[in-house]
Amino acid sequence: MAVVIDDEMIDYVGILAKLSLNEEERERAKHDMTEMLDYIDKLSELDTDNVEPMSHLSESVNVFREDVITNPDYHEETLSNAPERNEDYLVVPKTI
Amino acid sequence: MRDYETVIGLEVHVELATKTKIFCGCSTKFGVKPNVNTCPVCTGMPGALPVLNKQVVDYAIAVGLATNCDITRDCKFDRKNYFYPDNPQNYQISQLYLPICRNGHVEIETKDGKKDVRIHEIHMEEDAGKLVHDEWEDTSNVDFNRSGVPLIEIVSEPDMRSAEEVIAYLDKLRMTIAYLGASDCKLQEGSMRADVNLSVREKGSDKFGTRTEMKNLNSFKAIARAIEGERARQIDLIEEGKEVVQETRHWDDVKESSYAMRSKEDAKDYRYFPDPDLATIHISEEWIENIRANQPEMAPEKKKRYMEEFGLPEYDADILTLEKKMADMFEATTAICNKPKKVSNWLMVETMRLLKEQSMDAADIRFSPENLAKLIELADKGTINSSVAKEVFEVMFNDNIDPEAYVEEKGLATVSDTGELDAIIKKVIEENPKSVEDYKAGKKKAIGFLVGQTMKATQGKAAPNVVNQILTKYLDEA
Ligand SMILES: [Zn+2]
Repeated sequence: MAVVIDDEMIDYVGILAKLSLNEEERERAKHDMTEMLDYIDKLSELDTDNVEPMSHLSESVNVFREDVITNPDYHEETLSNAPERNEDYLVVPKTI
Repeated sequence: MRDYETVIGLEVHVELATKTKIFCGCSTKFGVKPNVNTCPVCTGMPGALPVLNKQVVDYAIAVGLATNCDITRDCKFDRKNYFYPDNPQNYQISQLYLPICRNGHVEIETKDGKKDVRIHEIHMEEDAGKLVHDEWEDTSNVDFNRSGVPLIEIVSEPDMRSAEEVIAYLDKLRMTIAYLGASDCKLQEGSMRADVNLSVREKGSDKFGTRTEMKNLNSFKAIARAIEGERARQIDLIEEGKEVVQETRHWDDVKESSYAMRSKEDAKDYRYFPDPDLATIHISEEWIENIRANQPEMAPEKKKRYMEEFGLPEYDADILTLEKKMADMFEATTAICNKPKKVSNWLMVETMRLLKEQSMDAADIRFSPENLAKLIELADKGTINSSVAKEVFEVMFNDNIDPEAYVEEKGLATVSDTGELDAIIKKVIEENPKSVEDYKAGKKKAIGFLVGQTMKATQGKAAPNVVNQILTKYLDEA
């Protein structure tokens, strides 16, 4: 079930990733993504009948924190990362 | 017109009552300045690592057990990818593949009887930030205080058939979760939010129609109106031979109509995948049993106990156990004064009346059990009469005053000095010969007027039954 990376697919991925690609970049992305998928297809040639499916990258289990406040007022630091601020808010282009 | 049936399923988001956010040690406190409760984790800074708040898992298991769900022993978090300025990571951490609870049900009761509403799943996730649109500029302001506040989303099966059933279901969830202390579940304040999935079909059909999802429902009344409105809209479309479009709609409760939200054709492709930053969760039998053993007493058991232990009528027990706060007030006050029926009366009558009058929830009650117990003692000992008691109660309801100090300060104690009362009554008799005559002529009701005059003269501080006694004595002697 090889997925074909055609122009339509590149456009769709572009929309999802909020990227606008020029002609040259599109061709390059098409090439790269096709290569990646070919690599995955190669993996499916292997016999994995006796391999337990991996559900997660990390092997650690049950890593928790207690419900205790540890963080101080951080609004100056957070706002210092904003391209623009309005008093204590971050400012972004209008969204509805 | 054909006979139609409404098919409704609910997605209910509940904000959990933890002290901190789901993946960082930021406070969840509301009403603070924008962006005070933030850190690199909940603002999605590169390299920041989320660590799960154990209390969130405990609450989710508790809600799952109380709604008869199976608890998923090995569960994990997934990333739901989308771009929106209230979502700083560009993904929301949620659960798609292995939600923590599945296959539950709750029993609801309407005028048509009892029925089960099945719960498909409950999953844990994080809330988004808040966008405030600037009226003057072409910009939006972002506050991340709410970003990362823990939520559970409770997804029902499409088992409801009317607005009445939907409200009964929401009420049941609200009560159950509030009893667990897992959330205060206030629709108006957004700590409980419900999205309604609704379709219609001809009665008797077993196929589902095309459904729409309705958002922005901020009260039980809005939910009821939105369900009626959407049912009518879909039936109209079908009767006109048109098709219902599967879409998300925004309910405008002022206009009592809905509109389709801008359809982003790409929006439904969330490309979920397991979050590699978070460890998987293994929930042992022991963990579940520990939570089960610590579940608080729920409404049905409480009701039964109130009738047996305190001898309350079923009606009282029903009303008192409806809201956790009410039940807590009842138990705490009764523990102090040991007068269960009197406590019940004050809560059911005056408290309910004032709550309704001021559009408040039981959770908003400000007076303490100690003060209610004091008031009951004052009334019981006859230190104040019943109408004064009601006045004092109202002040206590509003400002949690100490009734003993208040009665003392305002001089509201009953005139119990019989010498003083005697003098007042004698004067009233003297000044109202007509009523005295009427009484003697057999119009026993005339005494009511004289009692009223006496009460007026004592500024309401006399006990009416005592006044009545003394008056009768004098009138019969005269
Ligand atoms: Zn944080």
